[in-house]
Amino acid sequence: MNYWPLLGIALVVIGFALRFNPLLVVVGAAVATGLLAGLDPVAVIEALGKAFNDNRYISVTWIILPVIGLLERHGLQERARAVIAGVRGATMGRLLVIYLGFRQITAALGMKDIGGHPQAVRPLVAPMAEAAAEQSHGPLADDEREQVRAMAAATDNIGLFFGEDIFFAIASILLIQGVFESAGYPLTPLQLSVWAIPTAICAFIIHSWRITALDRRLGRVRA
Amino acid sequence: MITYEWLYLLAGAFFAGWSILSLRDRRIGNAAFWGVLAASFFLGSHVSDFVNGVLVLALVTIAGAGGIKRSAPATTTLAERVGDAERFGNRLFYPALIVPVTAVAGTLLYNYTPFGETGLFEPRRETLLLFGIGVLVALAAATVWLRPPLLAPAEEGRRLLDSIGWAAILPQMLAALGAVFALAGVGEIIGALAGGAIPEGSVLLTVVVFALGMVLFTMIMGNAFAAFPVMVAAIGIPLLVEEYGGNPAVIGAVGMLAGFCGTLMTPMAANFNIVPAALLELNDQNAVIRQQIGTALPLLACNIVIIYVGAFLLWN
Repeated sequence: MNYWPLLGIALVVIGFALRFNPLLVVVGAAVATGLLAGLDPVAVIEALGKAFNDNRYISVTWIILPVIGLLERHGLQERARAVIAGVRGATMGRLLVIYLGFRQITAALGMKDIGGHPQAVRPLVAPMAEAAAEQSHGPLADDEREQVRAMAAATDNIGLFFGEDIFFAIASILLIQGVFESAGYPLTPLQLSVWAIPTAICAFIIHSWRITALDRRLGRVRA
Repeated sequence: MITYEWLYLLAGAFFAGWSILSLRDRRIGNAAFWGVLAASFFLGSHVSDFVNGVLVLALVTIAGAGGIKRSAPATTTLAERVGDAERFGNRLFYPALIVPVTAVAGTLLYNYTPFGETGLFEPRRETLLLFGIGVLVALAAATVWLRPPLLAPAEEGRRLLDSIGWAAILPQMLAALGAVFALAGVGEIIGALAGGAIPEGSVLLTVVVFALGMVLFTMIMGNAFAAFPVMVAAIGIPLLVEEYGGNPAVIGAVGMLAGFCGTLMTPMAANFNIVPAALLELNDQNAVIRQQIGTALPLLACNIVIIYVGAFLLWN
C-alpha cells in the first residue's frame, strides 16, 4: 500500500501547529496529498475546484450577517445583557446549563437550526453569559471574558452534537443506517437514535459540571 | 422549483456588494477576496472544474498574503446602542427569531403537510432554502422597523464578515480537502492501519481502538461523517459485529458519537471551533477547543463504556 498520501495529514497538523494561514495549509495539504497519490497537478486542481464548488452551500449561511449586524447596531447585545441583569439570581452557570439543556432538547426534536454561532451565540448567549458572570463576580479580566465567551460557544456545540442524533431523521443517523445496510445489517433509524440517549445524558452531566466549575473558579479568584 | 442555484445567486450578490463596499473603503485585499468569492457563487455552476480550482487558488493566495483586514464602517456609539436597547426593548429579539422560525417551522410544514406536495423546493434542500427566505424577510422587517441609513445593513454585515475574515470560507475549503483525501485513498490507508493495531481476542480493547480511531480520524478530517464509513468497514463490522457478535445499532450510533468527541477537539472542524472564535473576537483562535477538551475526553470514556456494556454485556 502507498502510505505517502498520509504526508498530507502531517502537513495539516504541522501547518496548524505553526499557525500558518489555515487556508494555505489546507490547500497545500490537498495539493500534496493528490500529487503523492499519483494524480497529475491539473487533476488535483480540478478535484479541488469541483469539491469547493459542490460545497458552496456551506458558505451561503453568511447572508445572515446584515440582519445580525443591523440589530446589533440598534442594541441587540446590550438588550441581551439588560435582560440578564434584570433576573435576580442569574449566574453564568445556571444560564449556560439551561441553554445546554434547551439546545439538546430542541436538537433532539429536530430543531437544530435554533441556536448556532452567528445567530444566537454572538448576539445573545455570549453577552448574556458575560453579563451574568459580571453580576455575580464583578468586572471580568480580559482572559476571563475570553473564557466565558468561549464556554458559551462550546456549550452551543456540545448541546447540538449530543442532542441531534436523538432525532431520527437527521443526516448522521441516515449515514449510519446506510453504511450498515450496505454491509448487510438493516437497522431502523429509531433503533439507532435511542442509543444516542445515554451519551446525551452523560454529555449534559459532564458539561454542566464543567460550566459550573468555570463559574466557581471565577468566584474563587476574587475570594 | 426553487433550487440551491437561486441561493448561490443571492449569496453571490451579497458577497459582490461587500466587495464593492470594500473597494469604496480602499481595502483592496478585502475587495479582491470577496469579489473572487462572489465570482465563485455566480459562475461556479457554469465554468469548468479547472476554472473553479483556479478561483480556489486565487482566494488562498489573497488570504495567505495577509490581504484580508478587519474593517471599521461607520456605526452607532455604545451610548446610542444602550439607548436603543432601552427604547426598543425585547422587540429587538423578534427579527432575529424570524430566521430560525422560518427555517424550522417551514421545514416541518413542508414535510408533514400538503404544502410539501407543491414541489416548491428542490427535494431535501428545503431547510437551507427556507433559511435564505427567512433572512430576506428578517432583513426587510428590521429595515422597515428601524429605518437605518440605506447602506447600514450592508455595512454592518461587512464589519462582521471582515472580523471573521478568511475563516468564513475555511469550512467550505475543508470539505474540499476531505474530497481530495477521499480521492487519494487516505480513508483506506487509515482503516488498514487501525485494523492492524488491534490486539487479538480482547473485546474491550477492540472497542477502545474503534472509538479512538473514530476520534483521531474525525480530528484529521474535521468531520465524523468522513471517518465513520472507514472505521466501520475496518473494525466496526468485521471485528465488533461479526467476530465478537456485538449489537450493530449500538456500535453504529455510539461509534458516531465517539467521533463527535473528536469534532470538539480539532481546528479542522472550523465552523464549530474556529469560526466562533473569530465571531466572538477572541484572541486565541483555539479558545473554544480549549473549553471543549475537558468535556470531550470524559465523554469519550463514557462512549467506550456505553458501547462495551450496550453492545456486548447487555446484548449477549
